[in-house]
Parts: sequence; C-alpha cells; structure tokens
Amino acid sequence: MLVAADIPLIVREAFHLATTGRPGPVLIDLPKDIVDPRNPASAMDWYWPSDSDVSDSLPGYHPRTIGDPAAIKRAAELILASRQPVIYAGGGILKARAAEALRELAELCEIHVVTTLMARGAFPDDHPLCLGMPGMHGNYTAVTSMQRSDLLIALGSRFDDRITGKVGGFAPDAKIIHVDIDPAELGKVRRPDVAINGDCRLVIEELVTAIRDLTAGGVTAPDRTSWKSTISGWQERYPYAYEPHVEGDTLKPQMVLEHLRESVPEDTILCSGVGQHQMWASQYWKFRHPYTWVNSGGLGTMGFSVPAAIGAKVGRPDRMVWAVDGDGCFQMTAQELVTATAERIPIKVAILNNAYLGMVRQWQEMFYEERYSEVYLSPDLPDYVKWAEAMGCVGLRAESPEEVQPVIDKANQIDDRPVVVEFRTDSREKVFPMVPAGLSNDEIQVPSFQHERDI
Amino acid sequence: MDQRSDVAHHTLSVLVENRAGVLSRVANLFSRRGYNIYSLAVAPTDDERFSRITIVVDVESSPLEQIVKQLDKLINVVEISELDPRHSVERELLLATVEAGPAGRGQVVELTQIFEGRILAVSSTQLTVSLDGPPSQVDDFEEMLSAFGIVELQRTGRVALPKLERQVSARLAGMKGKAS
Repeated sequence: MLVAADIPLIVREAFHLATTGRPGPVLIDLPKDIVDPRNPASAMDWYWPSDSDVSDSLPGYHPRTIGDPAAIKRAAELILASRQPVIYAGGGILKARAAEALRELAELCEIHVVTTLMARGAFPDDHPLCLGMPGMHGNYTAVTSMQRSDLLIALGSRFDDRITGKVGGFAPDAKIIHVDIDPAELGKVRRPDVAINGDCRLVIEELVTAIRDLTAGGVTAPDRTSWKSTISGWQERYPYAYEPHVEGDTLKPQMVLEHLRESVPEDTILCSGVGQHQMWASQYWKFRHPYTWVNSGGLGTMGFSVPAAIGAKVGRPDRMVWAVDGDGCFQMTAQELVTATAERIPIKVAILNNAYLGMVRQWQEMFYEERYSEVYLSPDLPDYVKWAEAMGCVGLRAESPEEVQPVIDKANQIDDRPVVVEFRTDSREKVFPMVPAGLSNDEIQVPSFQHERDI
Repeated sequence: MDQRSDVAHHTLSVLVENRAGVLSRVANLFSRRGYNIYSLAVAPTDDERFSRITIVVDVESSPLEQIVKQLDKLINVVEISELDPRHSVERELLLATVEAGPAGRGQVVELTQIFEGRILAVSSTQLTVSLDGPPSQVDDFEEMLSAFGIVELQRTGRVALPKLERQVSARLAGMKGKAS
C-alpha cells in the first residue's frame, strides 16, 4: 500500500527516469487519501533520498550509455569504406546534447547530414553538408540521397514511417549503422549491420576517435567526388519551391514564412502545431542552432504551438519566441493566451489561416477524389484579431503581400504582451514534395512545375 | 486446446519487482500487440522484493525479440530470459473433477495411479484428481480423463527453470578454463 512517506523517493525516481536514458515525461499518480491528515497513511517525516536510495529502488533500470568498442570500431571501418554515406540524425542528437559531436563527425568525414523533424537545428541548415529534412514532406535531395546511399549512419533516429516510406523500398542498397540509447529501437524497423546501444554523444565521440585512429593507421576513404556532385545536382534542380503569388489571390504561406524568417534574430525559438503549417515551417525556416525548434513530432499533437511557445518563452525569456500555427490548431489551445497575458509572457503567434484543416484537405484532394469532408473551417469565423484582443493580446492581420512585412515588423516591436498575427493564406496550396503514404521514397512527388525527373 | 506443448510456444521467465500494477504493465505489452498470452504463472521468489512471471506465448521469433526488448524497457522488469524447452525443466499442475460413477470409478483411479497423480476428493458420482508433471504429460492425462467426462478443470500454466546440468557443465568448463 502506498503511504505518504513514499512520496520523496517516488519524486526523486521520477526525476531520475525523466532525465536519464531515453528521457521523457513521467506521471506521478498521487492519491488524495494519502495526503488527508485524518489518514494515518499521511504521516511522514520528510527526508531527502540519496542517489543510492534511488538506484536501489530501481533494480530494473540500467540505461547503457557507453557503446561497445568493438561495434564502434566496425562502424568506423564501414564509414571509411563507404562511397555514398549519409548521416541520418534524429531527435536523440538533441536529447543527448550531441550537436557538437555530430558536427565534428560530419566535418571529419565530409558526410552529408539529414535532420529529421525532431532533429531540425541539430545540424545548422546553412552548413554546406546539411541536406535538411528527409521524409514524407522532406526535400528531394534529403529523401533521394538516403535512397541512393550505400551507408546510412542513423544517430538517435528511429526509422519512423514518415521517414522510410514503404520500409521494403527504403534505402535498398544501404548498410545501416544504428546508434540509440534505447535497445528496443535497434532492429525494430530495419535490421542494422552495426547496432550500437549507447548515448549518442559518447558514442559519436568514440566513433570520431576510432576513425582518427584508422586514418592515422593509413586507412583512407574512397573518392566521393561524384557522390557529392550528384547531391549538389539534386539540390540545384529540386529546391523547395512554390508558385509565386498571383495578384488578387490570398497569401502564399511559404512566402509568409520566408518574410518571418528574415525578420527575426537567428536564435529565435520557433514552435509549431501539426499540419501543413508545421511542414512549411520546418521546410522554409533556416535553423542555425540546436533547440530553436519545438514541435510534437510523431505524437502529432494539434494545438501544441501556443502552449509550447509559452513554455519556451518562460524557459528562455531573453529569446524571441514565435509560434507558427494553423487556424485549426489555434482553435484548439488559443485560450492559453489568457495565461500568457496574465503572466506577462510576450510570445508571438503567426496563424497561417487558410480556412481549412489543410493537411487533411490535401489528402482528401490527392487521395480521396476531392471528397472534402469536415475540413472547411471559415476564413473569418472566429475573428482572430478580435479573439486575440479579447484575451489581452495585440491582434494583427495581413491579407495582401504588401501587408506582410509591416505586420511582422510591428509584432516584433511589441514586447510587453503576446501578439497574434493572422495571415490569410491560400487554401489550395499543398505541401510538396510528398511521398504518398505506403509508397516507396522513390515515388516522391515534386511540385508540377518541377516535373521532368532524372533518376 | 490440443497440441498444448507445441514447440511454437516460447517460454519467458521474467523477474519483476514485487509491486502493485507490475503484472498489468507486463500483460498490457502483449495485448497492445495483439498477442495472446498462452499461460501465465506468477509468484514471489525467495527474495520478497521480486516475483517471477513465467509466460508462455505463441509468437514467431522476430516479434518475440521486440516483445522481449519492450518488456526489458519496463522500469519494474529486472531480468528476462527465454527458456528453451530443450534446456529447461517445466512443470504444470492440473486439478480436475471428473464423472466417476460406480462403473467408471475404478478406471479413473487406475488412470490416476498410472500417471502418478493423486486423488484429492471423492463423492458418490465424481472424483477430484491432481497431477503435476511436464506439460506434455499433463496434456496426455487431460485427454485420457476427457473420456470419462470432465466436470471442471484448472491448469496452473507452466513454471520453468533452466536445467541444472547445463549450469553445472558451464561452470565446469569455466573452471577448466581457469586451470589451464
């Protein structure tokens, strides 16, 4: 039976579990009866559990952080032997504080890096070796370089279906090195050639040492010139692209994001909800630093951006924090702005209002014969500016391209309360490239004006 | 229900913390993946902080690897071993009440004696018998009893430990290694 005297140890255990191994949230269920003073079980003398109390109370919890040296050596050999390697960096890089180690490895071996949705910012987007986001809405080069690689170095990533597409057709010629703190991820989706269970930062550091040792011993990597030129060819031919704004139409969401991106400090923290706006934010933003992108990734939590931005601003009050949101997402958690106003947390929210649950609309258009169902919201109901003002925020709106930059500038100048900027965007705009669900990544669809393909 | 001792079964011996809620977490892992737990036996070990769960599950070996890894991820799971039937001792207990009127009683008693089972209770029309033994032997006994008409039956599910010979020989090999 649980008694109040268990609370100190349980809370310490919870913090230990939340911050070590594969970190994550821990739920403490605190029954009300044990804090009722009339209940004898509520009696306790407070004490501070020691580290050994915590480890003794968790006999089944021993996360392994140090990678197996023999496996690390095999990985180093594979890396030096590969002609077309790609580093597949996942959110584990950020959890393990391994961004610097990753950069050292990539630069040492001159290997290109893709950063998944959870790893955006783990490797700077303006680095010449950065290929950006892979996956269902990743850019052509990131997706295709993984498909054509002969060695994928998966670091803190989990071969999610949004990355692999049809698993049987994913990177068919690639050997796999898989590094993860969670042994259950190793071999879960794709059988690795070298599996290394350990902390990403420690393993990458050991890997760098092992590669240096091999190089010092005379091992050299094969010539990768043609691979590099193939990659830069794809990059030139298939950048992220959208058709420009037509006079009289609503705004292009991508254009709004480009303006926003160029108007904020480079250490700005960007948060997003879930849907088209999330993909465009990840595609069009240039992340230059780790921990500048907050999003719910595989959990797909609509409404995440406003509360996430509030948390980010409280944690980093010196940074500018923008939430990019969709109209559908904003309607789920907008009430949190009342808290932001009351507690004087000056976040900024950009609503890309296309009057639709846009990602669902996109699927209905592309895969369900345009049978639109339960996706239309309304461009002006609710009135987002009035709603923002009712919650004590500043409310702004931009409907034409000329209005975009001025409202962003105005929002950036406000630092004493939250700001909500509504951008009326084109509801027909779709997120591209796209690998339709269940198809191989070879079936990647680029925007129609980029057509003729060469692979 | 036939072919209980088929080799497609895997026996997992899972050492867990002896706390409320642990069994439900373990069982939940199987149900989430849609795998049926074939049998389950749980009891505290000699160390009262821990319980041992013996799970018999009917899955292919590749999902089993993932199940074992996911089980190992549970904070309350201390240790898991898969027991290969060839290298482990397995036992199961069966209790059954069978129809045993004047005509059939002698045969039921005889059958129970052949299997080295026990007679636990007698009435004018029924007998309650028990048998503990290797699962295949328990299967055979159950099948033979069914001819007389089973009124109620309960099996415990199997419990298992690694075979001792293997451990001894492994230890001997280790000693040889040290000596040479």
